[in-house]
Amino acid sequence: MIALLIRDLRLTFRAGGGFGLGLAFFLLVAVLVPLGVGPEGETLGKIAAGILWVGALLACLLSLDRIFALDFEDGSLDLLATAPLPLEGAVAVKALAHWLVTGLPLTLAAPLLGVLLHLPAGGYFWLILSLALGTPALSVIGTFGAALTVGLKRGGLLLSLLVLPLYVPTLIFGAEVVKRGSAGMDAGAPLALLAAITAGAAALLPFASAAAIRVNLR
Amino acid sequence: MTIWEYANPKKFMQTSARILPWIIGATVLSLGVGVIWAFFFTPDDFRQGASVKIMFLHVPAAMMAVNAWGMMLVTSLIWIIRRHHVSALAAKAAAPIGLTFTLIALITGALWGQPIWGTAWEWDPRLTSFLILGLFYLGYIALWEAVDDPDTAADLTGVLCIVGSVFAVLSRYAVKFWGQGLHQDSTIMKVGEKDPISPAFYVPLLICIAGFVLLFITLVLLRTRTEIRMRRTQALMARERVA
Amino acid sequence: MMPDLGKYAFEVGWSYVVTFALFAILIGLTLWRQARVKRLLAEVEARQGEV
Repeated sequence: MIALLIRDLRLTFRAGGGFGLGLAFFLLVAVLVPLGVGPEGETLGKIAAGILWVGALLACLLSLDRIFALDFEDGSLDLLATAPLPLEGAVAVKALAHWLVTGLPLTLAAPLLGVLLHLPAGGYFWLILSLALGTPALSVIGTFGAALTVGLKRGGLLLSLLVLPLYVPTLIFGAEVVKRGSAGMDAGAPLALLAAITAGAAALLPFASAAAIRVNLR
Repeated sequence: MTIWEYANPKKFMQTSARILPWIIGATVLSLGVGVIWAFFFTPDDFRQGASVKIMFLHVPAAMMAVNAWGMMLVTSLIWIIRRHHVSALAAKAAAPIGLTFTLIALITGALWGQPIWGTAWEWDPRLTSFLILGLFYLGYIALWEAVDDPDTAADLTGVLCIVGSVFAVLSRYAVKFWGQGLHQDSTIMKVGEKDPISPAFYVPLLICIAGFVLLFITLVLLRTRTEIRMRRTQALMARERVA
Repeated sequence: MMPDLGKYAFEVGWSYVVTFALFAILIGLTLWRQARVKRLLAEVEARQGEV
């Protein structure tokens, strides 16, 4: 499994972009929204939590179709499916690789963008915590979407349509954590729910994803 | 004679052909009576005035939007577990109907809320949940359309429906959580959560609900029959190509 | 004959119109597809009947 992880990471960096693309997109969102909404600090501060979470979500979405596409095209996905390593494990590793390259860098970069968006001082801790807990869910759920659409040419848009509704609970609770934390209120409830969703998704979705891949490899 | 007999396509076609005229008749009757009673013969509500008449459309539509997805979940599970093609096709057939009910629930919900909220749309937790449900329906339908092989499509959409159902329930709670936010807004009317006790409203509402349920059944039967025919056509055409 | 809808005439009226318009579209599409597939199936079966 470690070997698979290292291989996937190496392939991502070799294919170019690596984590740069997701980060660049995240930065773009943080720049475009104030341009669209206006520079008032107060307004931005109120919506910063939401913008950062939506930006992270969209940036994750960008690299989802790459998770299985290359392996599917050159036949290595078939090999993975018949290898001694259970496909569910391989899928989990791929989701982890996606998170390491997308979710983790976003989590680390978010405070910097928070400055641009006038995130209230109290919110930074909660921002990092909620993204750290929530972005793995985005990767796992995204991997499921990628597994469903792996056989399709130009499945990118369909992938977004399938995955974005599944992102809704994570988005709502993640943004809620930051909003409540910024206001000094107790963020325990949304935090717990956010963590629960990530844990549940990570435990169960690899099975659904593996099933979808097997269907697509038939 | 168990219900699994009807999983056989031929048996399904025969049985549905026999019962359809009755179901259609019952649909027309209940919808007709229900809607006419609701529109012409119900009193105005003390607080909502004549806008309460929208309830007779909105509540049944909202119920059916959710029930249709529930039916799709059950039939998807049956397909995944027992591999009855009729089941998979019934789920496919139900989706556009569920989407239509969702649209009706959204539009009538917005129109009902307009005089009370003063805006054409309000991010009320209930309406927001239905908006998300609509997106689930769209994704499901899109996946059926995108995949060429029918059995692959059935499997993938089946898995999507099951996973989607879990997230749909999660979303419902998340949106409720999101709706209360930092301020309590008790003036937002919870459309559909009030149960009118007065029989003047209750009886026509029940008849309308029955009408919507029967309409759903009628359309699912009709559409599943079409899907079965389509499947047979594709099988025959495939045989032609091989020959 | 028309009930007095008061100030809600617009909302109530359009609710009923939109609902039945959407029903009509759904039923129409259902029946249209049904007819098309029935015809297609009949054609294919006729062709294969000749073989």
